[in-house]
Amino acid sequence: MIKAEDISKLYRLGQVGTGTLSHDLKRWWALARGKEDPYLKIGAENDRTKKSQSDYAWALKDINFEINRGDTIGIIGKNGAGKSTLLKLLSRVTTPTTGQIKIKGRIAALLEVGTGFHPELTGRENIFMNGAILGMTKKEIERKFDEIVDFAGVEMYIDTPVKRYSSGMYVRLAFGVAAHLEPEILIVDEVLAVGDAEFQKKCLGKMSDVASHGRTIIFVSHNMQAIQSLCKKAIFLYNGRVHSQGPVEATINDYLKKSSTSSYVSFEGDLKYSNELIELRSIKVINEHEVGGNFSIDKDVRVEVEAINKNVQTEINVNLFFNTLDGACVFATCSEPQIIKPGHFTASCHIPAHYLNDMVYSLNIMVVNRGAHIMLAKDVISIEGIEPPRPVGWLGKFPGLVRPKFNWDIK
Amino acid sequence: MTKRTESNDTDKWDIKITSGGGYLDFHFSELWHYRDLLRMFVKKDIITVYKQTILGPIWFIAQPLLTSLMFFVVFTNIANISTGPVPALLFYLIGTTLWSYFSDTLNMTSRTFTENSSIFGKVYFPRIILPISKVMSGLVKFLIQFGLFFVVWLYYVFVEKRITPNWYILLTPIWLFVIVVLSFCFGIIITSLTTKYRDLVFLIGFGVQLAMYITPVIIPLSGVHGKKKLFFLLNPLTSLFEAFKFGFFGQGSFDVKWIIYSVVFTIVLLAIGIFTFNRVEKRFIDTV
Repeated sequence: MIKAEDISKLYRLGQVGTGTLSHDLKRWWALARGKEDPYLKIGAENDRTKKSQSDYAWALKDINFEINRGDTIGIIGKNGAGKSTLLKLLSRVTTPTTGQIKIKGRIAALLEVGTGFHPELTGRENIFMNGAILGMTKKEIERKFDEIVDFAGVEMYIDTPVKRYSSGMYVRLAFGVAAHLEPEILIVDEVLAVGDAEFQKKCLGKMSDVASHGRTIIFVSHNMQAIQSLCKKAIFLYNGRVHSQGPVEATINDYLKKSSTSSYVSFEGDLKYSNELIELRSIKVINEHEVGGNFSIDKDVRVEVEAINKNVQTEINVNLFFNTLDGACVFATCSEPQIIKPGHFTASCHIPAHYLNDMVYSLNIMVVNRGAHIMLAKDVISIEGIEPPRPVGWLGKFPGLVRPKFNWDIK
Repeated sequence: MTKRTESNDTDKWDIKITSGGGYLDFHFSELWHYRDLLRMFVKKDIITVYKQTILGPIWFIAQPLLTSLMFFVVFTNIANISTGPVPALLFYLIGTTLWSYFSDTLNMTSRTFTENSSIFGKVYFPRIILPISKVMSGLVKFLIQFGLFFVVWLYYVFVEKRITPNWYILLTPIWLFVIVVLSFCFGIIITSLTTKYRDLVFLIGFGVQLAMYITPVIIPLSGVHGKKKLFFLLNPLTSLFEAFKFGFFGQGSFDVKWIIYSVVFTIVLLAIGIFTFNRVEKRFIDTV
């Protein structure tokens, strides 16, 4: 059983330096006089899209929830919504700035597989090492030892230093130890992201096994499939606050809905996107008649570019480049060249449903006038594909930069 | 900060995670639960040092032996510094063994937070286990090195008959224990002070090196006079080292007054150490 009461966590932004020292001294002076910490008041909301005015940000703010014995809870939210911070607090890696968390029952946290593995130690020694770090006693590990080795499939190499293991063996061994923990409350971060599909299935199977034995599981993932199949309830964090919590389907829907709003970038007044021939005004990503930077990959997406032709009437075509976050171009698409009059025009591009994958794309806009490009705007917007829950079967990440749905004939 | 204590259900919860906490608490029951982890850390420290070497732990012995021989050549043969009636080699052997235990332990425990931040950032266990494990693995190494000293000592006592031990030798474990606690305290204080501001790190290595010269490692306390002697005695290690040697060599100084000083110094340092460590361990991961 876990009860979180008004927990908040303040982080300082920027580097540790002399500025930090002066803040520390001021804080110390305020506390010494019995006053409140002056920096607790000024923390900015945890919104990564805006540049913070303050040196402090609330990674979590006023979080309340209660988790009962036997619950399986998924924690969802965008990157930076505070999921990891919440996990760190629950697993006692750090403490909240204000508020308190009360826990009843033996708790084990898996924020990473293989914590404390030492490359020079053998598989056997590392099982004991890692088990002990996760809070098992020697007796418990001895009792489970054969099962762990079996699960990992490393019998032959058990007395070989793990630095000689293949990465797959290493991960399997590490997860094997973790999977055989028997805490009353298990906290799992996205450790499922490792390993191949078969192994992922094995891990999920093991986890639902644990859940069915009436133990409490708290599971954090971006993978809605995994969350939905494993958890009965969910907590949706948004900008460091609990946006909603409750039954898993409703909360996931809320997350998808909330994720698909507000993505529109205006270039007005930005000289970078304006020259004597053309001025870009805005880019909009529209999904299901809503303006959204996050789109559901099973729905059509429309990207609209608004611009002003400052030249005479001429032939123009607009290009959109879809890039990965590493800057590799996934594909480019261009409009047919068209005669455009001076003044406003809008170019919109339809991307059919079931074409993009569930990943983040960064877009470039290029405007071409009779074969010569007159404007290139790089990384103007990022959009993220979100996958609606899959009904059954494999839960892993779909490989590839696109995910086209083609017609298949099976005879 | 917000500390609501509902008196009726205080014992219902096993763990309470809050921002503050008792700074002088020392949770023995929790430590006891994690005793296997402590043993694993000690084991890891010992077996990983000399993995893929053929001579293995014999290298533990080579270190004080070579240092003592070097001291013998430099200080006895070249600089002509006397170690009193005690054979120089034996004197240096125990001096370097004790000193390297102290400085190694201090150095290792003083890096607790910075070196283990990746583990600390992922899993909870009583943080104090790591410095304690360093103290203990250092102790294993010390005992092996002490064995070497013991053999050489037996030779001088029974074959050469140049020294005669006295009954104070039975107090040896006490002096050793105080030295162990001292190095541990210095280490955890330093590691607590250096998580956020690393400046101190640069001074420590230098300071520890210097401290050796105000500890009777090379020169016996009887060879120091005047104001310098007070410097030596203010160093809490001095009277402990002297007492240690007094039992084995039957000579040197055994000053109860200064031994009490060292013990009191250690107790105060222990309180400061646990206080600062407790303060830092809860949230150091945010600033390390």
